[in-house]
Amino acid sequence: MTSAVEARGVGKVFGSGTDSVEALSDIDLSFSPGDFVSLIGPSGCGKSTLLRLIADLAQPSRGELIVNGKSPRQARLDRDYGMVFQAATLLDWRTVRKNVELPLEIMDFDAAARTARAEEMLALVQLERFADHFPWQLSGGMQQRVAIARALAFSPAILLMDEPFGALDEMTRELMQQEVLRIWEETAITVVFVTHSIPEAVFLSTRVLVMSPRPGTISEELVVDLPRRRDEDTREDPRYFKLVTEVREALRRREREHR
Amino acid sequence: MLALLILVLVVWEAYKAIWTAQGWEWPIRPDNRTMPHTWDVAVALAEPAQRNGPPLVWVELQAALLTLREAFVGFLIGGAIGFGLGVLFVRSSTAERAFMPYVVASQTVPIIAIAPMVVVWGGRVNLPQWLSVSMIAAYLTFFPVAINTLRGLRSPEPTSIELMRSYASTPSETLWKLQVPAALPFIFTALKVSAAASVIGAIVGELPAGLRGGLGRDLLQFSQQFTAAPQKLFAAVIIAGLAGIAFVGLVTFVEHRVVAPARRQTT
Repeated sequence: MTSAVEARGVGKVFGSGTDSVEALSDIDLSFSPGDFVSLIGPSGCGKSTLLRLIADLAQPSRGELIVNGKSPRQARLDRDYGMVFQAATLLDWRTVRKNVELPLEIMDFDAAARTARAEEMLALVQLERFADHFPWQLSGGMQQRVAIARALAFSPAILLMDEPFGALDEMTRELMQQEVLRIWEETAITVVFVTHSIPEAVFLSTRVLVMSPRPGTISEELVVDLPRRRDEDTREDPRYFKLVTEVREALRRREREHR
Repeated sequence: MLALLILVLVVWEAYKAIWTAQGWEWPIRPDNRTMPHTWDVAVALAEPAQRNGPPLVWVELQAALLTLREAFVGFLIGGAIGFGLGVLFVRSSTAERAFMPYVVASQTVPIIAIAPMVVVWGGRVNLPQWLSVSMIAAYLTFFPVAINTLRGLRSPEPTSIELMRSYASTPSETLWKLQVPAALPFIFTALKVSAAASVIGAIVGELPAGLRGGLGRDLLQFSQQFTAAPQKLFAAVIIAGLAGIAFVGLVTFVEHRVVAPARRQTT
């Protein structure tokens, strides 16, 4: 089985000469299709940079990246991934429905297919009633759900999420996590999720990659052996607490070594 | 708007009355030559412009229509050129660096210097006179549109551009689906400035073109007769102002149909 994302010796350097900053160094990883992988680490550890390399929004300085069995560039051109940013980045002159249809327009879906897909995606994120609203009429959490619907509209194999719930309040955040898990179960999509929230990483993921800064490397990898189906009870499961503690300790260990 | 107009008329007449009674002459002398009575201006508008001719208001409204037509054509030409330059500059920073200084320089040359040249060049290539005047109006129109189009096309967040990139969108799809819609509020702000400027361009352009029947010729003629009949110049100025208001109003009308309410800049 080909892996969804694979990296071999990937490094990224910003700038050149004495001003250069090594953002990522010696990244080796392999995600299987259907994995829910979280990248977690302090700010500046290069977790967003790694996501951007996978998305072909930036190019690695060293090493090789394979996304869905091809180069990141080819994967982008083949529309193999959908992207969700920290800000919803909805186009404010388009209704919710038209925002979800945006990628479909670019990808030359015909009008009937666009309408059908948009309906389906808005049902998936439970926003059918708001199809004809404009983004500014929606709460932050709802806007982010539209962004998720938009990213999934063209059925990509991989969903890349860059701190998607970072700007949301705790309550909304937990609801959104439930939502993402439900979608992940229903679509069997591979998710790469960047976060700096330890409970969020553990609650959502099948695997957690702990990253450390200067230069950004993957310092530890934890397999989350919670049942695949998770709900509010999971948050009170002793195994969940144990894993949260393990991730926290992994992050602390790294921090101590850097001091 | 009407209330303000009445207020201006009342203040005007009150100023005249008080300053005349007190014998004040500063800052503006209140005599009928410097400040004609509002009703004298109204009478001038109603009186025939020439013996047994139609009233002045009718003549000037027709003149305004001619001038507005020149201004409108110039506005369309200048708007298209300005939009084109904005798109060119956002696509190519080389083009921006190469052309922008000249675009800016073009606006520092006074229109009274450019206008005769355009008229002479237009004459050489047998351009109709009114179209030469339109070119002068276009000269004043393209600059604000170019600058604001460029700014508007650059207004989307970097993440929006990256979103389009993640869809493997072509540059022209990104332009038409993201950048141009994002630029519309900016462009309409420029178009309102340009609408007013194009009327000025047309009025000034009519003078070296020697074009009869437009507002330019009449404004020049009335300003020469100002000491004898100041109310006529005031009357013509009022009509010219109305022409500008009508044009800007038209642009605003279109804006309200094109740009969503939440994105409109209030002007």
